[in-house]
Amino acid sequence: MADAAPPSKSRDLDKLLLRPGNLVGPTFDPGVQLRDDLQEYAKILVVGAGGLGCELLKDLALSGFKNLEVIDMDRIEVTNLNRQFLFRLEDVGKPKAEVAAKRVMERVSGVNIVPHFCRIEDKDIDFYSDFNIIALGLDSIEARSYINAVACSFLEYDSDNNPREETMKPMVDGGTEGFKGHARVIVPGVTPCFECTIWLFPPQVKFPLCTLAETPRNAAHCIEYAHLIKWDEVRSGKAFDPDNADHMKWVYDEAVKRAELFGIPGVTYSLTQGVVKNIIPAIASTNAIISAACALETLKIASAFSKTLSNYLTYNGVEGLHTKVTEFVKDKDCLVCGPGVLIELDTTVTLQEFIDMLEGHPKLLISKASITYHGKNLYMQAPPVLEEMTRSNLNLPLYDLMDKIPKDILHAIGTINKDNKKSSGLRKLRVDFKGIDGITDMDMAGGA
Amino acid sequence: MIKLFKVKEKQREIAANANGKAPVKKQSAGELRLHKDISELNLAKTCSISFPNGKDDLMNFEVTIQPDEGFYLGGTFLFSFQVSPIYPHEAPKVKCKTKVYHPNIDLEGNVCLNILREDWKPVLNINTIIYGLFHLFTQPNYEDPLNHDAAAVLRDNPKLFESNVRRAMAGGYVGQTFFPRCM
Repeated sequence: MADAAPPSKSRDLDKLLLRPGNLVGPTFDPGVQLRDDLQEYAKILVVGAGGLGCELLKDLALSGFKNLEVIDMDRIEVTNLNRQFLFRLEDVGKPKAEVAAKRVMERVSGVNIVPHFCRIEDKDIDFYSDFNIIALGLDSIEARSYINAVACSFLEYDSDNNPREETMKPMVDGGTEGFKGHARVIVPGVTPCFECTIWLFPPQVKFPLCTLAETPRNAAHCIEYAHLIKWDEVRSGKAFDPDNADHMKWVYDEAVKRAELFGIPGVTYSLTQGVVKNIIPAIASTNAIISAACALETLKIASAFSKTLSNYLTYNGVEGLHTKVTEFVKDKDCLVCGPGVLIELDTTVTLQEFIDMLEGHPKLLISKASITYHGKNLYMQAPPVLEEMTRSNLNLPLYDLMDKIPKDILHAIGTINKDNKKSSGLRKLRVDFKGIDGITDMDMAGGA
Repeated sequence: MIKLFKVKEKQREIAANANGKAPVKKQSAGELRLHKDISELNLAKTCSISFPNGKDDLMNFEVTIQPDEGFYLGGTFLFSFQVSPIYPHEAPKVKCKTKVYHPNIDLEGNVCLNILREDWKPVLNINTIIYGLFHLFTQPNYEDPLNHDAAAVLRDNPKLFESNVRRAMAGGYVGQTFFPRCM
């Protein structure tokens, strides 16, 4: 069977892609065509070229992907070198994305990696829509939230509120912190998205300001005092820049003075950096394990040679080794990936008429709705100052207020009257304008 | 998935033409939640809100509090709110823009209110913060001091504290510090 296929350089990949099995995904089609298509058509974006990003690029390149791109806004620092193995001492100061791309292309023949030295917010939506799968090696909730919103914005639902498969943009997200890490598969519309499960994150540790000001008990209190309180007192007006070595040194010196005053041991320069920048020491093996899981899932999604992780893996290597996979469910009311309620409208409907209509809509029953569209507040019922500022929009056609885009999403906030109980609600609405350019909204269901 | 990738190019072109231009600006889930909090604000007449950056920037606003009882009766105090894109996961940053003689507010405008830092929970909202700030003026607390001189005076000599507060609000010196008029 497989003997007819010319072997590729990877014997293991051939075993996975050229022959059938009993753990394969439903769309799996083994053969040389699959192996070639993976190289020719699959385009993967790696977000971040740090601890996870370097490992991801290596793993994906060695897994047979030929079209990769990587985006990272940072430059290489000495402290990166214990685990971001693509970088050397002489690379310190250069952009991570560019050096990482160069090194992997040197070692894996045939792979093409395009680096992007910029912030993820600087790329517009067309950039992201080009990729088939996005692999994340990020280090903050904010960045993940942003990319999640971008990927979920491509998702479309049909009139039965089922997600349309060709608009799904899968993401594989990895995260690490010391000896712990997670890897998850996000398929918008199918699995929970990042916002659906944002409640998983515990609130950040924040010390009370009065403890910092009056009763410090440990080294971290002294450092935060210098960082948050003393800085403003002495150098007010200038924003504290955690990447500026002089600023960091100033905070360290003040923290030492404070610690001496209260007899608290343990303030060191590296602890200062850790507390101010919220850094937890990184371990190479955690990054390697999590990236390997992510790269494997990327390969599974692309080729279907196995069913994917469903859908959240946690890893803990503090004592021994523990992993667990949990299947979280999507939040059907999720503001980012949920279907919302479909509303079909005429282009002449005014904003006031729309708001009135929401009150009687059987799936919504929202009264006194405030409407927001892509960050623009079309009408706010309260507070009085905003109501005044937005009142003039009420007589305008909603179609014009939505920049004449035939199909788009907006949000309504108001009082929901259900079963005689009043509660406040925020609902996602999918608006579909009919009657544009003379196209009638009759279904040509029977067809020609 | 591979077949899907091949078909995707064609789909993308069709979709792009049918839907018009793809919108660029994204509204984060945090902004939406903030929008809900703002539209549900239930402010007493002692508190008012303004949006210096216009109706479309809800992430930066100012709240004015005019206590109607207690030591600070008659004063007008301005607070700035800065909300992060991952709200409500992170508490808004609140600073007092009015220089005030208060045990829980220092001279740089830092406010010691538990729900702004260690006791913040995503279930709280802008209303609860504004109530908390109002409470600071009606019930100043000498046990959580940011201004330890003011706290000591409140604890040991409430009559002196009251006159210090009145002098500061009217515009004058308390100790070595000058307070501009705020009533």
